[in-house]
Amino acid sequence: MLENKSGDSSAIHIPPATGSSIINIGTGERIASVLGGLALASLGVRNMKKGKGIALLLGGGYLLTRGLVGYCAVNHALHRNTVSKNASAIQVSRAFTINKPRAEVYAYWRKLENLPRFMKHLSEVKETDATHSHWTAVIPRGLGTVSWEAEIVEDRADEYIFWQSLPGSTIDNAGEVTFKDAPGQRGTEVHAIISYRLPAGDVGALAAKLINPVVELLIQEDLRRFKNILETGEIPTAEGPSGRLQDKVRSKLKKFKQSYQHHNYEGPMLERH
Amino acid sequence: MKALCWNGINDLRVETVPDPVILNPQDAIIRVIMSSVCGSDLHLLGGYIPTMKAGDIIGHEFIGEVVDIGKEVKKLAKGDRVVVGSIIGCGECSYCSTGAWSLCDNSNPNAALLEKVYGATSAGIFGYSHAFGGYAGSHADLIRVPFADKGAFKIPEGLTNEKVVFASDALPTGYMAADMAGIQSGDIVAVWGCGGVGLMAIQCAYLLGAERVIAIDRIPERLRMANEIAHAEVLNYEQVDIQEALKEMTGGRGPDRCIDAVGMEAHSPGIDYMYDRVKQTLRLENDRPIVLREAAVACRKGGTLSVVGVYGGFIDKFPMGAVMNKALTIRTGQMHAQKYIPKLLTHLAQNELDPSFLLTHLWPLSRGAEGYDMFKKKKDKCLRVVFTPN
Repeated sequence: MLENKSGDSSAIHIPPATGSSIINIGTGERIASVLGGLALASLGVRNMKKGKGIALLLGGGYLLTRGLVGYCAVNHALHRNTVSKNASAIQVSRAFTINKPRAEVYAYWRKLENLPRFMKHLSEVKETDATHSHWTAVIPRGLGTVSWEAEIVEDRADEYIFWQSLPGSTIDNAGEVTFKDAPGQRGTEVHAIISYRLPAGDVGALAAKLINPVVELLIQEDLRRFKNILETGEIPTAEGPSGRLQDKVRSKLKKFKQSYQHHNYEGPMLERH
Repeated sequence: MKALCWNGINDLRVETVPDPVILNPQDAIIRVIMSSVCGSDLHLLGGYIPTMKAGDIIGHEFIGEVVDIGKEVKKLAKGDRVVVGSIIGCGECSYCSTGAWSLCDNSNPNAALLEKVYGATSAGIFGYSHAFGGYAGSHADLIRVPFADKGAFKIPEGLTNEKVVFASDALPTGYMAADMAGIQSGDIVAVWGCGGVGLMAIQCAYLLGAERVIAIDRIPERLRMANEIAHAEVLNYEQVDIQEALKEMTGGRGPDRCIDAVGMEAHSPGIDYMYDRVKQTLRLENDRPIVLREAAVACRKGGTLSVVGVYGGFIDKFPMGAVMNKALTIRTGQMHAQKYIPKLLTHLAQNELDPSFLLTHLWPLSRGAEGYDMFKKKKDKCLRVVFTPN
């Protein structure tokens, strides 16, 4: 699986670019667009009383947005693309060994509604039919939620599940998880590869560099919680009083207890022997 | 509740903190009856183990009474008197299920921290820094015990608190040291360090078939205990040359099995102590491997080094040449409490082992900071201070 990291872009792992991840303006042009937009907009604010202010403000706003977003409808209509490179996707690969039979590990993951129990950023996954599902993620710091539709594109019982978001998603993303018997009766090796498509070009490449370690840690800890739940039925925690700062601890504890009640770790897969 | 909290290097205070609560289905809340200091806590006090936070409750060697249990706890009931292993294990991962409980995959909530440093995580430990899980320790009225069915063992009737409290850590650690040494009949075992763990290692080495045990320390009171109670021959490293003495006492061969019950803050009268002390102070080296070096050179060809003294990071000038060319085996690890405690409770009940002599001071928790100061400076012939929070 690891060779996927080195740029093998087999169609399954990298989600197609749709919606906001289409970039068709090159970096230099985007910077010019932002700077020009800012200049026009500030001129507009200063000339508000003279009547032409509004027009300047609107024009500046358009250029600013065009530069920041990197998408130009005019470019799109003309099939013109000033981006030198193609869009790149963040791809994170992690593996864990889980001391449970392969069928059980596969089945827990395949029931996608289980995913929010260990994927911290997801608040809900609803399966709408055999292959389609509706995903909702929480944006940190109370900034709301994002949701998207996803489709399972390949699925073989006890072996692998590949899925990807449907065109038009806020964040194009795809995932592949494979299940193999670990040698020496050590249960199941789970390899997960998750990819996200960021805005293209140099800006996207920089963002990928910054975001990649964060996403890697996120996926690693998601998988660790998956292992925790399957092996022990619970997620270890040391939240709770460990000394002073009582008020802070109390509010944290309350929050934790709420989230704990939200995900009560009981399910058909958790029969403990 | 009252708890002994770490507030910085050599800064311990008894404070009022919130009571623990059940957070996970396999948790139990234990009212602490006795909670012992441990030599490994001195590494926390000295600031040698990073990731401590002001307000952390320390202490990991304890017995208590069950006051509350989570809904998945099946073997314990309220009112049970239990001894709890200091290391937390889930009982389900491939390590726990093969008896290597201190390598548990699932009990450390901060696993990612240790993975960065060690390449993989170790188990969570009560009151032993956030890298080892950030769990609140046992120097408190109450403590939350995760995976309680696995780590808390009912104490058989008739075993006194004084006798059984060290079955939480010092005794299983000493036993594991002797077990890992792979003692065969006729073996001479050398034990560096005559603190609680070292003294237990001497007793367990005999239990596992050692012919003779030689104990090494510098504190006269501890050497006396090693000799009179644990029946070891003793060497004071401030008075004799350890290499010479060990050669002489073993017919020129060297001890068959060497146990390091000291760890990263070792002392020696030699120049290597000054070297390591300076490097450690400048943070150029974490650990002072004086015992490791000495044992590697002293050990007989083909012998075993069994290391239970705690190391945290990097060591310098380790005689790997001696290890390789004498074909030594090094075995080490945090102790697998859950593997050894049931067996040890049987030995205690049958009077084959009795660690109660380790308990030199039984104090209320309110004297916690004073107790650690006495223990650290080895004042008043202190071997172990045990606190009685309730």
